This record gives sequence, C-alpha cells and structure tokens, in this order.
Amino acid sequence: MTVVTNNKWIGQRTIRPDGMDKVTGRAQFAADTNMPGMIWGKVLRSPHAHARIKSINTAKAEALPGVKAVVTARDIVDFPIEKGAVMLGIQDMRWMCRNVMAREKALFPGHPIAAVAATSEAIAAEACNLIEVDYEVLPFAIEIEDAIKSDAPILHEFNKFEGKPSNIAGRIEHKKGDLAEGFKKADIVIERSFTTRPVHQGYIEPHACLISVAPDGKTTIWSSSQGQFMVRAMTAHLTGIPQSDIRAIPAEIGGGFGGKTIVYLEPLATLLAKKSGRPVKMVMTREEVMRATGPTSGSKSTVKIGATKDGKIVAAHGTFYLQAGALPGSPIRGAVGCSFTPYDIPNLLSEGYDVCSNRSKVAAYRAPGAPIGAYAVECVLDEVAEVLKMDPLDFRLKNAAKEGTKAAHGPTFPRIGYIETVEAAKASDHYKAPLGKLQGRGVASGFWFNAGGESSAQVNITEDGNVVVTTGHPDIGGSRAGIANICAELLGIDYRRVSVIIGDTQTIGFSNLTGGSRVLFASSIVVTQSTEQIIKTLRERAAKIWEIDPEAVKWEDGAAHPVSPNAGQFPPLTLKDLAEKAPAMGGPIGAGVQLNTTGADGGFGTHICDVEVDVDLGIARVTRYTAVQDVGRAIHPGYVEGQLQGGVAQGIGWALNEEYIYTKEGKVDNPGFLDYRMPVCSDLPMIDCIMVEVPNPKHPQGVKGVGEVPLVPVMAAVANAIYNALGKRFYALPMSPPKVLEVIDAPETRQAAE
Amino acid sequence: MAKVHVSTTINGEPSEFLCEPNDTMLDALRGPLGLTGSKEGCASGDCGACSITVDDNLICSCLMLAVESEGHELRTIEGMAQGEKLHPLQQKFLEMAALQCGICTSGMLVASDALLKRNPKPSEEEVRFWLAGNLCRCTGYDKIVRAVMDTAAEMRAQ
Amino acid sequence: MTELRYLAPNSLDEAIKAFAAAGSAGRILAGGTDLLVQMRAGVVKPGLIVDIKKIAEMTEIEQTADGGFRVGAAVSGMALHDHASFGKVWPGVLEAVNLIGSKQVQGRASAGGNLCNGSPAGDSVPAMVAAGAIVTVQGPDGRREMPVEQVPAGPGRTNFKPGEILVSFTLPPRPKGSSDAYLRMIPRTEMDIAVVGLGVSLTLKDGVCTAARVGLGAVAPTVLLVEAAAKALIGSKLDEAALNAAAAACSAACRPIDDKRGTIAYRTKVAGVLLKRTTAIAAQRAKGN
Repeated sequence: MTVVTNNKWIGQRTIRPDGMDKVTGRAQFAADTNMPGMIWGKVLRSPHAHARIKSINTAKAEALPGVKAVVTARDIVDFPIEKGAVMLGIQDMRWMCRNVMAREKALFPGHPIAAVAATSEAIAAEACNLIEVDYEVLPFAIEIEDAIKSDAPILHEFNKFEGKPSNIAGRIEHKKGDLAEGFKKADIVIERSFTTRPVHQGYIEPHACLISVAPDGKTTIWSSSQGQFMVRAMTAHLTGIPQSDIRAIPAEIGGGFGGKTIVYLEPLATLLAKKSGRPVKMVMTREEVMRATGPTSGSKSTVKIGATKDGKIVAAHGTFYLQAGALPGSPIRGAVGCSFTPYDIPNLLSEGYDVCSNRSKVAAYRAPGAPIGAYAVECVLDEVAEVLKMDPLDFRLKNAAKEGTKAAHGPTFPRIGYIETVEAAKASDHYKAPLGKLQGRGVASGFWFNAGGESSAQVNITEDGNVVVTTGHPDIGGSRAGIANICAELLGIDYRRVSVIIGDTQTIGFSNLTGGSRVLFASSIVVTQSTEQIIKTLRERAAKIWEIDPEAVKWEDGAAHPVSPNAGQFPPLTLKDLAEKAPAMGGPIGAGVQLNTTGADGGFGTHICDVEVDVDLGIARVTRYTAVQDVGRAIHPGYVEGQLQGGVAQGIGWALNEEYIYTKEGKVDNPGFLDYRMPVCSDLPMIDCIMVEVPNPKHPQGVKGVGEVPLVPVMAAVANAIYNALGKRFYALPMSPPKVLEVIDAPETRQAAE
Repeated sequence: MAKVHVSTTINGEPSEFLCEPNDTMLDALRGPLGLTGSKEGCASGDCGACSITVDDNLICSCLMLAVESEGHELRTIEGMAQGEKLHPLQQKFLEMAALQCGICTSGMLVASDALLKRNPKPSEEEVRFWLAGNLCRCTGYDKIVRAVMDTAAEMRAQ
Repeated sequence: MTELRYLAPNSLDEAIKAFAAAGSAGRILAGGTDLLVQMRAGVVKPGLIVDIKKIAEMTEIEQTADGGFRVGAAVSGMALHDHASFGKVWPGVLEAVNLIGSKQVQGRASAGGNLCNGSPAGDSVPAMVAAGAIVTVQGPDGRREMPVEQVPAGPGRTNFKPGEILVSFTLPPRPKGSSDAYLRMIPRTEMDIAVVGLGVSLTLKDGVCTAARVGLGAVAPTVLLVEAAAKALIGSKLDEAALNAAAAACSAACRPIDDKRGTIAYRTKVAGVLLKRTTAIAAQRAKGN
C-alpha cells in the first residue's frame, strides 16, 4: 500500500461536517427528541449493596393512574449461567442480562430492580416508590482487599477460583523468558505496590433513549451510544426481538470515553414500549449515571523491575488486581498487555486478576486497564532510573521497544514510533525549561493496542456531482471531519462537497463500536476502498464518452483527464459532468465496502508534566504539560490534538482529585459533579502536543488510532512530577490535598526536608 | 397541579408557555418551548451545559424556575447567530476545533459571549475562571480557551 | 404529589404574610441555587415558594450616610460585584460572595440565600462574620436585628423565628486603615464547596492591628467567630508570633468532621494556614486605605 503524500485536504484543519449544528444548538442528542404519544420511563434501583431478591410486587405501581407498563427481570431474556458464555463482542450476555436488571440478587446500590413507564416522569418516579421489594440483605465487599479475603461475601456462588467459590472471576498472564533468571542478572531490583480508585468516564451527556415498538414489533431506537449496532444486538438479545426488526438510530453522542459501549436503558425502554404500546423516553439523572454506569476499576498492583548497572531492564513482574464490579469483566487485558509494552524486556511476567465486588459493573474507559498498569510500571521505572542516576528519558530510550521487538502479548513490532516520542520529548523546550522552588517535572510513557475490526461505508455521488459518505460509527471526537478530508483528497474536490453522515443499523452495514481507537483507522479503509471504486467507475464512464480505453483515463483534481495527449485531446470531465450524465451512462454512481479491517498497529506516547505544590495545603497543580505521541498520520490535526488534550485532562483528574467515595453502607457518597471533582477550566494549563508522525504502513493514509494512548501515561507523569517537587513518592491515587499533606507532614518527610 | 401561564421574551421574540410551578427554566426550554440547544448534564448547576442569559445575566437554566421568567428577556444558544451569520465565537469554535462531542458547546458559547460582553480583553486566567462553571470532558479546555481569546482579539480589532 | 404554589409579591408585608401562613411548607426563593437543587433531589418538597426578587428592599445595595452598606438579602453576587464602591470598601466580603459557585451561579446566588441555607461551608458567611455584619429580619411580629454569626443554628438550620425573612445585611462604616479578605481551601480551583473558609477583617494604625475579627467556616456545625484569633492579632504588628498564636486559635476552634470533602486533621491544620494567608492579604489591603 502506498501512503498518499502531498495532500490538499489530509492534514488540514477543516471545518467538521457536524460543527454547524453543534455551535448553533441544532444537533440532536439522545434526550433532544420526542415522539407523539410519548411516555416516560424510570428505573427503581436497589438501595442495597448486596441483597437476595425474594419477591417483587408491582401491583400498587401498576394501579397508579398514569402508569402504562412495569417491567422486571422476568421480562428480560435470561441467559442461564450454567449454559455457558454467550459473547457479544467482549460482553457476555449472561452478565449483561443481569446488569440491566437484577435477577437473583441486587449486586450494588443502584442496580435496576424494575422499570416503570408512565405519562409523566413524576408519576413514573412515584410508581417506582410503590413497588414492594422483599430483600434479604447480605454482607457486601467493595474494595479489592475485602473481596479477595478468604471469608469475603461471595457475589456469585457459581464462580470458582482454584476450586473454591471466589470473587476472582478470571486471571490472565503474559510471559516471556525466564523471570527468576532475569532477576538474578539484575544489579538493582525495585518492587512497589500501588492502589488506584474507581474513576468515572465523566461524559457530560447522561444516558438517554427514546424507543417506539409498533404493534407488528418493528422497533425504533433513538439513543446515545458508542455503537448503534451494539445497541441493536444487545437489545435484540435481551428482548427477543429479531435484529431485522430493530432500527437503532445513533443520536449525536455527548461523550462516551468507553462508557457507552454497553446498554443500560435501551432493553428496558423497549420492553416498556412494547408493553404499553407507547413510545418511551428514558433519561438518566446525573446521580444515576454516577451510581449505576461505568466507572472503570479501582485497582491494586505490585510491580517489580530489575535492571543492570548500565541501565538495561533484565526482568519485570507485574501483578494487577482490577475491580470488575458486580459482574465479571474488568479490563485486566489492558493492564497486563500494555503496561510493559513500550520496553524491550527479555524476562517478563505480567498477570492480572478480575475481581468482582459490590459496585456497578465496570465499563470501558479510554485504553481500558492500560492507565492503571502504566501508573504502577512508569512510577517504578522512575525510581529505577533515579537509583541508576540516569535521566528518565535516557533510561526509557535505552530500553525502548522498536521494530522487531517481540511484545509479551504476542506481536513482533513492525516500524513503530516509540523511540521518536521519547526523543521528541527530550528535545522539547519543555523538558529543558528551568523549574522553580516546589516545582517538579515528571515523565512517563504509555501504549495502547489500538484496533481494527468491522466497518462499513457507502459512498454515493449525488445527481449534482457532490458526495455523501455514510459510515456506521458514532462520531465522538471528530471522525467525520477526518473522513471528509480523506474522501475529498481522493476525489480531488473541495472537502465542503463531501457530506459525512452516520447511518442507522438498517441503512448501513455492520460496523463495530466506536472504541479502542479504531474508528478513523477502520472507517477510512472502507471509505478509501469505496471511493477508489467510484474513481474507477468515473474513469470508465469518461472512457466510454471519449471512446478510449479506461486505462487511458486518469482522475485528477476532481475530473477525468486523458492520461496524456497521446490518449486523445478531450476537455476534462468533472465529477459534476459525469454525475449529470450518469442516468444515460450506466446509472447511479456509488460504492459500498464492508470489511473486517486489520493492520491497526499499537500507539505510543511519552508525556512531560510539571507541577507546583502548595506544601501548606497539600495542593498539587499541573502548571505545564506536553503530550508527545506517534499519531501515524494526523488526518485532521485539530482533532488529533483534541484527543491528546482531552486524554491528558482526564488523566490529571484521575491523578489529583477524581475518585469514588463510599459510605459505610456501600453507597457512592459523591454521585455528582460537585464532589466527584473533574478538572474545570481553571484547573488546567494549556496542553501542548507534539505529534510525531510515523505512518502506519498497513493503512492507506498511514492512520494509527490516537484516542486512547493519551490517557495512559498521565497519572505516572503527574506522580513522578510530584516526587520531583517534594522528594516524596506517592503510591496511591488520587493525590488529593489531604493525602498529599499527610505525606508532607509525616515526620520522615519533614526531617528529609530539613 | 395546575399549569402556570408564563409570558416572556426569548431570543428577542415574545413567547408564551405553560409550565408546572416546579419546572425549571431548562425544563420549559427543552419541553414546551422546543429549544433543546440548552442541555441537561447535571440539573444541579455544576456543569453549565444549560447556560442562558436572563436580562443579560449569565445563569444556569436548571437553577431557575420557569415561572420566574415572566416579563424577563432570555437568550439561548438558538439566538446567538444572526440569521445565517454565525456569532464570531461560533465561527472561531468551528475553525479552531474547540468542540468534540458538542454537548457542552452551547453552554460554553453562551458563557463565553457573556464574558466578552463584560470584558472584551480577558486574560487567559480570566477566561479560565469565567468558564470554570462549564464542564468539558473532551477537549481539556485548551482549544476552547484559545478560541475565546482569539475571538476577543478579533472582535476588538473590528 | 404536593401542590406547589409560586408567589412573587412586590411588598415585604405580602411576602411575610404568605410565608408565615405556609408554615413549614414555605420556602423563600432568592437565587434558588440551593433551593432548586434540593427540590430536584427530593430533599425539600415545598408547598409554597415566595420569590422575593420583586421586593425592592431585597435587591438594593445602599451606601448609608455613615459610609456603611446595606445589602438586600437577594442581591446576586454579580450585582454586588458590579456595584461601584462596595468592593473597594469590603473586598473580602465581595470575594467571598463571588466564590459562591460558578459565574452562572453568581448571576443568581445571594449572600442572603447563602446564609439562610445554613451550610457551615457557605463562602460568604465567614466573611460577613469577620465584617461584623448585622442582619435585619422581619416576621409577623415585626423587624429585628441580629449579628450575622447568631443566624446559623446548625447544618441547614437558622435561628429565625417561624415566618421571619432575612431582609438585608448592614455592614458598618470602615475606619481608616481597615480592610478585609477571605480565602477558602478547595481541592480544585473553582466549583467546590469550601473544605475550610476563613475571613479576616482588621484595622491597622501605624502598623499595629487595632481591631480584628475572624470568621471561620466548614470546620464546625456552624460558621464560627473566632474571638481568640482576633485577640491574638489585636495589639500586634501582625508579626510571626501573633500570626502563629492566631493560627493556633483557629485550629483550636475547629470541631470538624471527617467527610468526603476533608479529614479532621486536614481541616484543623488548614484553618491555621488560611488564617495567616488571609490576614496577610487583609493587612496588605489595609495599608493602602
């Protein structure tokens, strides 16, 4: 595949196709649409962290005037545990059916117990309160330590680990070389343990949907998700309606970050709509979002790294325990598979444990698992470099993975750009800038697998010679802008002539989730192939008109030309000309391609963070930040930078203030933006980006996924910077003021400072 | 509950609507008035996605009762562009990629407009603190702050 | 469902009559930035809302003949900010009022609401306490005045009698060499509830502190007037020893709780740190007056 260079639109900061609607308030998000006759759905949620559901009596709720339907777990298609896994992507429907509605047990406060549809939200909420649930309250475990104790309350009695009922739902490992032998060769070995708290994806748009089920079963779902096909498939599985009868329309999505890759409301609203015969709208409150969706795992990790005196890492061992929440499925793969991957380590064991506990089931969050692992590994690397008296970037360079390095999770790397990110960080003004008193600088690197997978596109030439591209992936971060650039580039026309839309499930072929940093990678492959087919058609049409061989026609600057004067002397036939002539020349011009795309190489980033610490209040503030990343090819640099900046901001929140806080009863104590404390505008500096472009040789435009990597290194970069400022290491997140002050005021710190 | 009749002015147009006494202004905008450009991210005044102005005062419409709007002048995102002509902030947000998912964008624009009306030459710090009540989870605020400052400079030059 | 009525009377008498008649079902609406959140959360379900913003006395800022100020209970933070002279005379009170919530919240929220909400962490309250503000309240039995620090009775509670409405704050005239300041500790830079808030008002004469008041918030069930801290400052040149003593007095006055916003140890220490920082700012301002 040849990578296109010398571009007119690729690499340009064009106006995004959906931009106008979004700056004028016209864009339709999930909660913005209504249907005639629409009623409102509300969910009754468990007040208990862990309870057996003995009975549910919905009679009083159903009798309340205005109530049109009530559903409970009985209405949801069951996927019995003993029948084994039914996988839909990475989700096991046995867990999904129990997550959308508690079945045998309520497993966390906020777990849906029943849902009601009524003529108003207020009546629906009142009806929820009239539902009588007989609970047998059980002891619960939320923190990993509590969940893996020998006498821990067991969430799922059927789950066995090492032969005994356990909350450990799974273990994976990646291995390379001989760990014991490796550590023997080490001159220094450092082993540290870390903890992180659960953090929420924090999208500003709460989950919402509007669903209509016609008497013949034809179902229309309007909802906010990271995949309309996921919504269709999961809803079909959980309601028994065939996929062909479900049209899932992707609304504009107000942020997801992984958190909208599973369904919560859609199956409930579908069943309520079916029962009531009325369209049903459901919108979560912020509190429901915080209590019952996401977040990612809390974790505990131990990382041991051995290196020789000359700075070569000879062995490393990482053990990562991640909270799955109520049902199995924590992102241990990301923690285990990504944490050591920037480095060429001959002897390695990376293992992960999936731990169930009584909090909401995890949902994916930007490079799921990888930031948790990288936090531990990159902090230990900083300590090793310090002991070796090596610059931390030089230490990383010395051990950097490169073309030919075999990663523990399997692949042997092709040409990758990790070294370039470290070198660019080292050469940056930021890295050389002086630091003041109580300021510190930290660095860290990160890796994410990236992904390809299924994508479909249809590219049509309109009768007036413009272009409509339809793809199947919800656009969160600006992918439509990238697609417009690519299609315009290939066709040689102004990007404003390309309209890019996201199709619904019944109008475009299957397309996998928006996630894993796959969308622009995968959709640009199918769009490129579709557009190339169209160009072939256009050349053939021109050849026919000119009565010359199609091979003698080239497509350039939006028009067909004879390849040379020898081929004939004809004025160019533009896209508009050919579109006008289409009816007489073979009919409509368009092409669609559906593929399971491959060749998504992993992404690497290296970050530099400066902090300043108020030692009397324990407040650490990030004062300067630079994110360096191998982005493959920046199709739309503005939105690539946006991904980097947004990921960094989320990481700074995770590092400094964000966390789930629980009451003694196991309830989330900070289920709102006020006390969850995501970074606000005044908390952050400008976030500088250095985009290293090492094109992906397996992609027509050189694209690599860029969205996930920028979150991976951040917490370690911040922690290493705080160490650099204070001379004190932190082994737990978040590094919030009370915790920082506690460490500063510890007797040994005061002594060291004096 | 008996509905209350309210007469108000929205984006320069006289408007009338019916609401429950406990409906918020945001409920009324998004419901009977059909102005869904103002978004509900939290319903507690912590995210700013529902920002509007009332008599040129920037507020969260989720923290105002709809009945309070009687006789006042409200402006929402839907009234920011003049016909086909975008407000300079809207144009700059587009040009500088100062939005990603777009859910905070309405509120950001309304709040930024209110800032520039009070302070045509804000410092970066003033922009950041003014917009502290508008959460954005996508952009890290960088491009938003730059877009506001660039717009201010451009508007001053005109 | 409870029937809710909304009233926006033009006169105080009318407001008091309706409010008193509604008993515990009545709620006063000024900016509504606490009330609407509580209603949405189902914490309060009022039967009557009395909007006081159409009552002139509630929304006016008046500089009195003696140089003091009378600030209506429903004056929004933004309106106070935009007043020509208030911020020059009471910069600490103004910065405290302006820290209540976001700019959007400032468009609505008032010092009156902040006080009546009864939160020990309300930002404006420690500054008002330090300023020696007197509140005017009016109820069915008439009008009375009380020092602002006597208003809070505990979290979410005030010492107002049934049917009484907060009408205004009166801030005294400032002697030469006086100023004030307010600082709070929050984990972020904005949008948080104070973990500790501290207001200092003082007067300097030839570098010696001749008068001082210290208000301390978020460290006890109510905002505190820390007289021991003021005593440590008065008579000193605000030297290290005096500041240490005042800081220690603030820490000693703390009766905090461990909660999601901070720990006992943290709040206790921070109270002392903020005393020193706030005093330094107030003193710097006072030197220019």
